[in-house]
Amino acid sequence: MKKKTVANTIFSYLLIILIGMILIFPIVWMFCAAFKTNEEIFGSTGILPRAWTGEGFRVWLAENEGGGFWQYFGSLFHNFSESWLGTGRNSYAVFFWNSFKLVIPTVLLTLVSSTLVAYGFARFNFAGKKILFGILIGTLMLPNAVVIIPRYAMYAGWGWVDTYLPFHVPAALAAAPFFVYMLIQFMRGLPRDLDESAYIDGCSTFRTLVQILLPLMVPALFSAGLFQFMWTYNDYFNSLVFINSATKYTVSLGLRLSLDGESVVNWGKMMAASCIAVLPLIILFFAAQKYFVEGIATTGMKG
Amino acid sequence: MSSVSIPRRMKRRKYTRRDSQAYLYLAPWVIGFFLLQFYPFVMSLVYSFCNYQLGTTPVFNGLDNYVRLFTRDADFIRSLRATGIFTVAVVPGKLILSLAVAMFLNREMKGINLARTVYYIPSLFGGSVAVSVLWKILFQDNGIINAWINALGFQTVQFWGDPRYALGTICSLEIWQFGSSMVMFLAALKQVPRSLYEAASIDGAGAWSKFWHVTIPQISPIIFFNMIMQTIQALQNFTSSSVITNGGPLKSTYVLGLKLYKEAFTNFKMGYASAISWVMFLIIMVVTLLLFRFSSAWVSYDD
Repeated sequence: MKKKTVANTIFSYLLIILIGMILIFPIVWMFCAAFKTNEEIFGSTGILPRAWTGEGFRVWLAENEGGGFWQYFGSLFHNFSESWLGTGRNSYAVFFWNSFKLVIPTVLLTLVSSTLVAYGFARFNFAGKKILFGILIGTLMLPNAVVIIPRYAMYAGWGWVDTYLPFHVPAALAAAPFFVYMLIQFMRGLPRDLDESAYIDGCSTFRTLVQILLPLMVPALFSAGLFQFMWTYNDYFNSLVFINSATKYTVSLGLRLSLDGESVVNWGKMMAASCIAVLPLIILFFAAQKYFVEGIATTGMKG
Repeated sequence: MSSVSIPRRMKRRKYTRRDSQAYLYLAPWVIGFFLLQFYPFVMSLVYSFCNYQLGTTPVFNGLDNYVRLFTRDADFIRSLRATGIFTVAVVPGKLILSLAVAMFLNREMKGINLARTVYYIPSLFGGSVAVSVLWKILFQDNGIINAWINALGFQTVQFWGDPRYALGTICSLEIWQFGSSMVMFLAALKQVPRSLYEAASIDGAGAWSKFWHVTIPQISPIIFFNMIMQTIQALQNFTSSSVITNGGPLKSTYVLGLKLYKEAFTNFKMGYASAISWVMFLIIMVVTLLLFRFSSAWVSYDD
């Protein structure tokens, strides 16, 4: 009996490690490929790059185009000046800056608007609540593809195309029902007595929200913010539709531009760019793992 | 979703003056709903019956767009086929894999949390361009996957060049990202009362029987939620086909999302593209209704 459980445990670990290696292999390979030349990337069965250790690595960094990219990215922090902001359309520093200009306000506006709307749904009893909630759930299933064409026509008429307004304004109007729903579910889990006693004490509804509920909602807001960050940052379709000029390109569009723009693609550089592109996600994930897991777990659960 | 209920306590109370403030909190969302969801939704239906080039006035042309789609547009039929295959492969593939892995990881073992973390990582990248570029390189004719295939003594597989394999390889990118459903399932599995398994054991149920008669009914709402959301997403898939194959080879990966994008934003045939979006929407509606219909047979909302 005991032998069997030991064998079982070993087998389980082997299986877990094997699956994990298969799943993580593409990411590891992407990282390694960022240090390779085209010849090394293609036709080779090896994962680790040739020039990996010590001085060779440094030299390679300095000489290779991919290395140039890394240095360039480094300058983002040291040398935040116009000289490199204006170095042309293939500059990832610009793409990054654009991505953050697009994503950060979208995330913040989503959080503010979704909190207000969720508060309205979770803590008030009003005529038409059932219908409005039904509509909210319905829009959860409304595919983006159905609304994008009239939205585009509308935004084009208002001169919003090729700006980030098609991302910021919907965020301010809580047009992503997923987050409203997520926060409603979370607020329903908070004890009602708290805000009711605050109300009886003469606290306005808005102050109740800000002073009583908001501090308790921090984990949920964190989760919602992370997901909105992840989705907006990764988004390709909407960026492709609404943003035209290369100076306003986000990282996603920039990657696409590098892929299409060169006749002979330097794949090592492409992979370096991809690595850098996914880096903010990986950093966020490891910094805030708990919120990712909680966020996913609570949304699926109570529906 | 139908199980969403308003707490009893609230139903007894009449609407108070305080409650009318709810409309203030809901205002952004209500404006957003009419402006960004309802209006575009109706307009895309209207446009779908029109000949509408961007920048011109839409001219009503009845069912012309739909008739042309189904009788004179072979590419559209190919798109339907590609999207159909993609959805049928990806949704069950992802669900089964994530449930199986969640079952496997739902145990007490040292380091199990690390495994959960690692398995989730691919989900971070969603539909980002970076991982599409990565997949393109990994599966190229002289990429590392083929280098391994050759090393094992087999012939090079043209993952992107052969219409038999291209769509399947794109599916693999999607299925690779099963992590977020896995996390949802893990959370759901934790909620299943132990007593149910104990009772089943006393009745002499084996592992398989416990899985079918305890686990599945208990987590069925989560499976259902995942199934619907993933289907809606899969039917609109765009990034991978656009970045990796651009619909080729021989239109084998020319999914509906890509067809819609090209008609609307390359050819500027907004009316025609709207018709495509409505076909897409109707498919989503029918699939969702069918899922709901059949769900009563196996989804239990008893708690």
